[in-house]
Amino acid sequence: MRHLMNPLDFTTEELDKLFDLANDIEQNPAKYAHACEGKILATCFYEPSTRTRLSFESAMTRLGGRVIGFSDAASSSASKGESVSDTIRIISCYADICAMRHPKEGAPMVAAEKSGIPVINAGDGGHQHPTQTLTDLLTIRSMKGRLDHFTIGLCGDLKFGRTVHSLIDALVRYENIRFIFISPEELRVPDYITEMLRARKIPYEEVIRLEDVMPSLDMLYMTRVQKERFFNEEDYIRLKDFYVLDTAKMALAKEDMLVLHPLPRVNEISVEVDQDPRAAYFKQAQYGVYVRMALILTLLGIQVQ
Amino acid sequence: MLNVGKIEEGFVLDHIKAGKSLSIYEHLQLDKLDCTVAIIKNARSEKMGKKDILKVECDIDKLDLDVLAFIDHNITVNVIKDGEIVDKKVLVLPKQIKNVIKCHNPRCITSIEQELPHVFVLADEEKGVYRCKYCEEKYHESAKKK
Repeated sequence: MRHLMNPLDFTTEELDKLFDLANDIEQNPAKYAHACEGKILATCFYEPSTRTRLSFESAMTRLGGRVIGFSDAASSSASKGESVSDTIRIISCYADICAMRHPKEGAPMVAAEKSGIPVINAGDGGHQHPTQTLTDLLTIRSMKGRLDHFTIGLCGDLKFGRTVHSLIDALVRYENIRFIFISPEELRVPDYITEMLRARKIPYEEVIRLEDVMPSLDMLYMTRVQKERFFNEEDYIRLKDFYVLDTAKMALAKEDMLVLHPLPRVNEISVEVDQDPRAAYFKQAQYGVYVRMALILTLLGIQVQ
Repeated sequence: MLNVGKIEEGFVLDHIKAGKSLSIYEHLQLDKLDCTVAIIKNARSEKMGKKDILKVECDIDKLDLDVLAFIDHNITVNVIKDGEIVDKKVLVLPKQIKNVIKCHNPRCITSIEQELPHVFVLADEEKGVYRCKYCEEKYHESAKKK
């Protein structure tokens, strides 16, 4: 039985297969509309996350399956002190597959160890959020036609942003990727990542100003500066507007550059950019459903002819 | 010079960094074994200046030496049988260690889940880096005590 804990759990060949399946689902949704009939997905969300949970629920519903679950710890047996190990044993009796989000890092792995059904890590604290990374990769591959030979700029909170760290880990497995990290000094990408890039001889730059590097980017991955990551309000207010993408900055970019964002945005991408055909972030949310559909089918071992 | 007699069967752990012998005594859980143990602190050493030595008289299958490599792989392990050295063990970093050290990441599931073992996995053999199996937090020397 297979689980998904980390975006690197799948080889690049396995990811190619997964993404081919996701693209086929995109092209032929009717073919997959009954693929999971009689199957149940349990969404065990120990902390609220509307978008990720709804994306999983949409994915299972579009496959003809059903969804059960809870959307915060207070409405689960965790509030009575039940362990993750016990909860998943029970859930294994009720459902065929489980998507788990938990504020504690490694909780889905504990679940996977005790589970009788496949477990998908739907985000564990600041640790991993593999289905976001798969979404990012599918979006890039679908819209650019490849996952190699490009320059990607990652902008905003690069210190605490787990989506950024996971995306870097996933992209270094492909050929000829160049990274440009755009962040304030306080939110620079952690040392262990730059050490890893140097060790693997993967080119990267760290810059302060977004404008300076716009013309050289094939892709720009924007991130939100999260208020909860800061110890004091003053720092947050000083930094949150540091990197706002607007039409003036977009004018400096290549005609086929893509703008990605894991969403939700606060104000780091001006609403006026939404009209730009290079803005791919809402399309990205759509790909999030396709990739979760492909993942559910793959982990359940369901093949559609 | 203090003299401690020969042992018939067991281990002599030599070249322990001075001051570390008690920590090794704890990690090997020697307090739970009903056997003779000699702890020699700050012995003179040509190679190290000062060193600690542990002599343990016990069945040679009784000790988990994996944990020793994790604590200090420069320790020399002499295996004694019939009063003679029959083997010198080379310590290799274990791939995984269980319940030897604790994960100190407050965000880790090990901080709340009942009876979950604390498992660390060797992430970088060259640098001897261990990471928590669950949260992947790097283990730091300062947290080495249980």
